[in-house]
Amino acid sequence: MQHGKYRFIAGFLLIPLAVYGVFVISPFVQAIYYSFTNWSGLSSKFEVTGLRNYRRLWNDELFWKALGHNLLLLVLLPLVTLGLGLFFASMLNVGGRRRRNAPVAGVRGSSVYKIVYFFPQVLSIAIVALLFKFAYNPNSGALNSFLDAVGLPWRPEWLGDPDLALWCVMAVMVWSNVGFYVVLFSAGMSAIPKDFYEAALLDGASRFQTFFRITLPLLWDTVQTGWVYMGIMALDGFAVVQIMMDGPGPDYSTELLTYYLYTKAFNDGQAGYATALGVALLIVTLLFAGVVMKLGRRERLEF
Amino acid sequence: MGSTSEFSRRDLIKRAAAAGLLAMPAMGVLSACATGSDGDDKTPDAGKGGKPGGLRPLNVNGSTPLDVVIFDGGFGQQYAKDAEAEYKKAYPKADIKHTGTQDIAPQIQPRFNGGTPPDVIDNSGAKQMDLGTLVGLKQLTDLNALLDAPSLDDPKKKVRDTLRPGVVEMGKFDGEEVWVLYYAYTVYGVWYSRTNLAKLDAQYPETWDEMLKVCEKAKKKGIAGWTYAGQHPYYIPFSLYPFIAKIGGVEVMDRIDNLEPDAWKHPAVKAAFEAYYELYRKGYILQGTPGLDHIQSQTAWNQGKALFIPNGSWVENEAKRMTPPDFQMAVGAPSSLDRNDKLPFGTLWAAGGEPFIVPKNAKNPQGGMELLRIMLGRKSTQNFIKAVSSLTSLNGGTEGLTLPPGLASSQQALTKAGKNVVNPRLQDWYVTLQKEKIGKAALGEMMAGRLTPDEAIKKIQKFTDETRNDDSVKKYRHK
Repeated sequence: MQHGKYRFIAGFLLIPLAVYGVFVISPFVQAIYYSFTNWSGLSSKFEVTGLRNYRRLWNDELFWKALGHNLLLLVLLPLVTLGLGLFFASMLNVGGRRRRNAPVAGVRGSSVYKIVYFFPQVLSIAIVALLFKFAYNPNSGALNSFLDAVGLPWRPEWLGDPDLALWCVMAVMVWSNVGFYVVLFSAGMSAIPKDFYEAALLDGASRFQTFFRITLPLLWDTVQTGWVYMGIMALDGFAVVQIMMDGPGPDYSTELLTYYLYTKAFNDGQAGYATALGVALLIVTLLFAGVVMKLGRRERLEF
Repeated sequence: MGSTSEFSRRDLIKRAAAAGLLAMPAMGVLSACATGSDGDDKTPDAGKGGKPGGLRPLNVNGSTPLDVVIFDGGFGQQYAKDAEAEYKKAYPKADIKHTGTQDIAPQIQPRFNGGTPPDVIDNSGAKQMDLGTLVGLKQLTDLNALLDAPSLDDPKKKVRDTLRPGVVEMGKFDGEEVWVLYYAYTVYGVWYSRTNLAKLDAQYPETWDEMLKVCEKAKKKGIAGWTYAGQHPYYIPFSLYPFIAKIGGVEVMDRIDNLEPDAWKHPAVKAAFEAYYELYRKGYILQGTPGLDHIQSQTAWNQGKALFIPNGSWVENEAKRMTPPDFQMAVGAPSSLDRNDKLPFGTLWAAGGEPFIVPKNAKNPQGGMELLRIMLGRKSTQNFIKAVSSLTSLNGGTEGLTLPPGLASSQQALTKAGKNVVNPRLQDWYVTLQKEKIGKAALGEMMAGRLTPDEAIKKIQKFTDETRNDDSVKKYRHK
């Protein structure tokens, strides 16, 4: 039975592997190669310049600033999004009053909420970003009009304020992603057998305890996957910044690695340097993946 | 649920996630480009052997297709389609491929790289390709052949001699070659509504003291003096740079363009910055301006929430739908700071806009130049003026037309300026320095009150010094 098994599998995988090689691996290799050149991106002529791009990178204030913003997003974005996602999902599934015949239930109207939460996911990120751009308009946008209506004297400049701009961007990313995780976690929670909760409740466990002792551990793998995906969002963030800020924001307050890379490749004609930035981003991404996988490793609970 | 297979479902998800993690950002940002082949250094034989004064002075092969890319921005793209129809009349066999886009660089750059660029490009807008880089890499056709060809309307006159002063010079970089033809002719300055000023019993202020008085008057009525594109603060220079030139003379701006050390430390710069900063300090800037983009700020201005806005003459077309019919749009030259100003009131920034280029490796560069020759004819020019209310680089074309108010005002402002037209080049030569660094990181911060004029100047001088010492940026100088 074992004989020829691998050859058999490889035969099936040949085409996908070839596609993967051509469209994923080879661009990687090419990009790493270009990062050692002074390629402009506008002509096929270039020279190999060795480590020059990387030395420049090391001394580039803007690179470090952009990296800092990305890392801030990387820490906060998954934390906030998944935290909210978990909170909402548990309210929808196990947060409600106890009803007869059911040890746990969601708050009233939870099925409606589930749909409402999912709405932002249906909108394309371009539309979401544009909508928020209008909402953030400090002169006639929804947010400041609201502040006006409730009589608060505070009139922030939102996207025009370097201290607020990045938070505004982050809020949009959270808003547009939370719904997906609510649905994902809800699905995960509904797979948890209800008798676990029943037993815990009989033992007198509080809501708080059931969440941290039962729900979260049994959902851990899903959370981890979500964490990785939100991490990718945080390291990207290009679309939101591009549409809402049309640039690096006031005083470079929303400069992200991806946007900086884009500027270098498409505005300044320095594609070689841009690919070096891309390689730096790749390294950060790999480190992140490694850390998440390492930290997240736990004994799997079978149920 | 037990785990029976060698790969459990969750393992698979985890691994897929890891693979996706590797692949996704890379696919997005790295894989898009790969150097293709852009061919040998073939030189198009533009103009060579063309019969001067003949019907086809540029040696156009009428059956070669023509590939046109137009920036679909403030001026739209209809004017180009109309010119293409004229081309089609002259060369019925030519297939014309027209592309209108706002994404010039992302769409066109790969085509340069692959060696199949379009025949003519309107390289404009926020995502324009860096002209200096294209020139440095020898990717463009020298347009002298076009300039030396007879003009469409008067075969005795060369195209060169029908253009507005300064347009040909703007298209040069280092040598005598003309790489860029600026088609539109833009008047920059302080834009306002005659109607809204009249409501305050005011006229356009010719001195800065009067400017402050008008703003104070407006403030009392709950109207702001100024607004500007806060998210794109590089609109502020449209009135600030000619103001600096007016106070300290053209040399001050020339030295700034040349990236000279201490160029920004000139007293004229400080005087101009302090005057603008006073607008902030006295609360004459529309609330929330730093968070507005160009459209939002123009809309607020159209609604009469602010009196003045630094802008270019494209605003009349761009803001057409938002402008009330009795708005009476007009442009003013920078007000005089005091009697010691080097240049008189009326000194104005006017320059070519919409940079058209003909790539060197285009399949049909002659056709590209021919289209430009057609566009510089009277018929196309009048069509452009009528359709988008902006002047073109053709000197004239307004005869017999009823100009919309903003355009008529531009025309008057140009006449009043006479010789005193300045043309700072920072925004063509050093786009990132001008837009991101000086614009967003310094001027925008100063006008929002987060930097003092002194701090802004210091910061800008530092940016200038960094750009001067950055050998990855090609340098240019005024001659």
